[in-house]
Amino acid sequence: MSTASTVDPHNQASGGHAPGGVSHFIWTYVFSRDHKIIGLQFLFSTLIWFLIGGLLALAVRWQVAWPWGEGAPFGIQGMPVLGNLFFAEQGGQISPEFYTMLFTMHATVMIFFVIIPILAGAFGNYLIPLMIGADDMAFPTLNMLSYWFMWPAFMVMTAAFFVEGGGPAAGWTSYPPLSVLTEAAPGSGAGQTCWLVGITLVGISSMMGSVNYLTTILQMRAPGMTMFRLPLTIWSMFITAVLQAFALPVLTAAGVMQLTDRLIGTGFFLPDGATANNMPLATGGGQPLLWQHLFWFYSHPAVYIMILPAMGMVSDIISCFARKPIFGYKPMVYSIAGIAGLGFVVWGHHMFVSGMNPFLGMTFMVATMMIALPSAIKVFNWLGTIWSGKLLFSTPMLFALSFVSMFIIGGLSGIFMAATPVDIFIHDTYFIVAHFHYVLFAGTAMGVFGAIYFWFPKMFGRMMNESWGKLHFFLTFLFLNGTFFPMHILGVVGFPRRLADAYQYEVFHNLKPMNEFITWCAIGMVAAQVVFFANFFYSIFRGKKVGRNPWGANGLEWTAPSPPGHGNFDFQPIVYRGPYEYASPEVDTDFYPQTQPPPEETIPVGIPEAEPVAST
Amino acid sequence: MGRYWSLLFLLVPVLGTALFVVAYDEHSRPLLNHWFPKDVSEYGHVIDNLFMVILWLTGAVFIGTQLTLVWFMWKYEANVSNEPAKFTHGSHNIEVIWTVIPAATLLFIAIYQLNAWADTKVREPNNPGMTVEVVGRQFEWRLRYPGPDKRFDTPDDLFSVNELHVPVDEDILVHLKSSDVLHDFFLPNLRVKQDAVPGMKIPVWFRATEEGVFDLVCAELCGWGHYKMKGLLRVESREAYNAYLAELKKQQHLSAMTVGEDES
Repeated sequence: MSTASTVDPHNQASGGHAPGGVSHFIWTYVFSRDHKIIGLQFLFSTLIWFLIGGLLALAVRWQVAWPWGEGAPFGIQGMPVLGNLFFAEQGGQISPEFYTMLFTMHATVMIFFVIIPILAGAFGNYLIPLMIGADDMAFPTLNMLSYWFMWPAFMVMTAAFFVEGGGPAAGWTSYPPLSVLTEAAPGSGAGQTCWLVGITLVGISSMMGSVNYLTTILQMRAPGMTMFRLPLTIWSMFITAVLQAFALPVLTAAGVMQLTDRLIGTGFFLPDGATANNMPLATGGGQPLLWQHLFWFYSHPAVYIMILPAMGMVSDIISCFARKPIFGYKPMVYSIAGIAGLGFVVWGHHMFVSGMNPFLGMTFMVATMMIALPSAIKVFNWLGTIWSGKLLFSTPMLFALSFVSMFIIGGLSGIFMAATPVDIFIHDTYFIVAHFHYVLFAGTAMGVFGAIYFWFPKMFGRMMNESWGKLHFFLTFLFLNGTFFPMHILGVVGFPRRLADAYQYEVFHNLKPMNEFITWCAIGMVAAQVVFFANFFYSIFRGKKVGRNPWGANGLEWTAPSPPGHGNFDFQPIVYRGPYEYASPEVDTDFYPQTQPPPEETIPVGIPEAEPVAST
Repeated sequence: MGRYWSLLFLLVPVLGTALFVVAYDEHSRPLLNHWFPKDVSEYGHVIDNLFMVILWLTGAVFIGTQLTLVWFMWKYEANVSNEPAKFTHGSHNIEVIWTVIPAATLLFIAIYQLNAWADTKVREPNNPGMTVEVVGRQFEWRLRYPGPDKRFDTPDDLFSVNELHVPVDEDILVHLKSSDVLHDFFLPNLRVKQDAVPGMKIPVWFRATEEGVFDLVCAELCGWGHYKMKGLLRVESREAYNAYLAELKKQQHLSAMTVGEDES
């Protein structure tokens, strides 16, 4: 390691600001414009929200397994914690309207406050400048604002629970007229207004982020970093940002339309002749299906926003721990682009039984079938990458491989619903619940865990504990499959989602034991995250200290100090090759950093040499 | 643990396949009842069969890819594999193969199902044995039969709530409507599901092949009482159905004097 690399990150981080005092602390760690601090702020916030979303999920599961607390284990009356908090006078039994609020908020928190910001906000921010060799984002102030829009959004969203009528209760999809008519449901009052304002604020945050990512990736790459030398993480972040930039305005506009429907009496989504509480509506002339088209025009690309960055990060992790170049780099890039392109023309598959013209359904069906193709290509390329490699089952690698395994399930189950006649039966059943949890939790969240373990040494200069990490992986992997896999079978029976008590129906009467099993697994899955949180916070302070490149990886970020100081690199990175040249015959080491000049050239002064691989 | 991690991954295809087999198997199915509810419609088996075709195809891909993953994990673990990692960036030919084969399979599924979709959603029966209007309303199903003249909006219309009577072995055409928010008309035993949208009249058709009482489920979130928006489908012989209509007419005649116009 050259002498230039011994940098104290804390001194560096304060560079450019007035030193000392409270204002120094505030400008360095609170209203920081450094992409790494912002990335970590996003990471910590989203992990807190992840916990909240997970607990909401348990509340939902409790009701599904033991409706109204009947027959709950250990003689627990009503719903634990939440029941006593909100419904003490009813013996802790939650109300049916509260159940609708629970699943609405679970989905809202998980999608808008966890998955999207942890991928784009936390990892996008942290990794993009480091991996392309830039000293920061193109627009640091915009970047800071993008984080600070998240907390007001979350405050407004949480406030919804405490306004009259309670939280939003129309599902995360907020289908009108239920969401528009204040008389239609208790939560369709001020709670729904809070929801719409919160979503709009999240949208503003995402938009500022995506503009920033696009500009940074296009304009600020280090010398030699051509587009086709970018790590797949960056490619996926780039295409995700494109999706955000083009799809998000539609959601924002639709949200404003719903807001005006609610507040100033427009009628975009309200038809003529409808009633609410036996009263005719004040306005009309609109169409409830219009919302669904607008909403899914954003939210279908958004499901790729929620998976593509994880795919990118998993590709990097797999290549690193297979000690082998990624198989088919360009097909991988083209598949990401293909998914994004097709992602704009498949939104109608959410609406096969909505009343949309059935001929239109056929078109969307064919497009949807075709979008399975790039996903399949990616899976085959991941398998090709580990073929004939030298696999190292570190914690990040185990999470990354589980992403592949779980994504196969999530991808294949999608084909059932893409088939329109089959979708008639399994639409809005637990089959779809199983499908998107396999993609979003078993896929994205597992990929994110892998990414946290992988880049943690870069973020904090210390390793996370591997044994605890493997225990965390083992428990999460078992319990998540116990939770989500049986849901497929529930879906085959037709068990509908969003029902507070489905056992009163003859056809679903016998599904209670299966649901109890699922709930136990869900409890185990949330409990297993204690291992993760303990490891995470312990390792920040007490983890084993490491140097720049503990995994022996090729990416640019591993040539910067750990953690990188303000301005990231203590030398000017020059890129000579792509990021996946592992096991290259050109060099003796099994990795070949992007900045390492080819052997025949003389080594310029000031570029740190590669460090040996730490034991894993 | 090294290569033994692959065994954990092996649990996925093993247990996953086992669960589907146990749920599907003829012998354990009646015991567990965790498969498609009993099909009492003329067309339901088409949907079930299509599901099975996709299940066989995706099941093969599922088992194949998962076992490949496990096998590679077992074989290429760094400590057991003596060979150096293969320095390759991919293969054009292999990429073409695994692009074309899935593409053809997906296209096959896409085309294979078009007819079923047309039959269930496009080709409305020309001469239905009976037409009924179903209106979703928080939180009940309002039903209107056209009466002897077989036309709606005439004085002999018959009204009822939540209990839909239909004759067996006849094409039934439902005019599905909603008076307030979205609902969904879901008959699990007949593989029928269609959203009810206020402001729209959506045609739904089916043909029940067996007499009995079956669930009518609301499958689209419609508010706090969504879970209790429960209806019944009573499939009966033509005679019983006619008798039911006559009974309905008698009751309506009695109450017509006391209750005002109800236009739902």
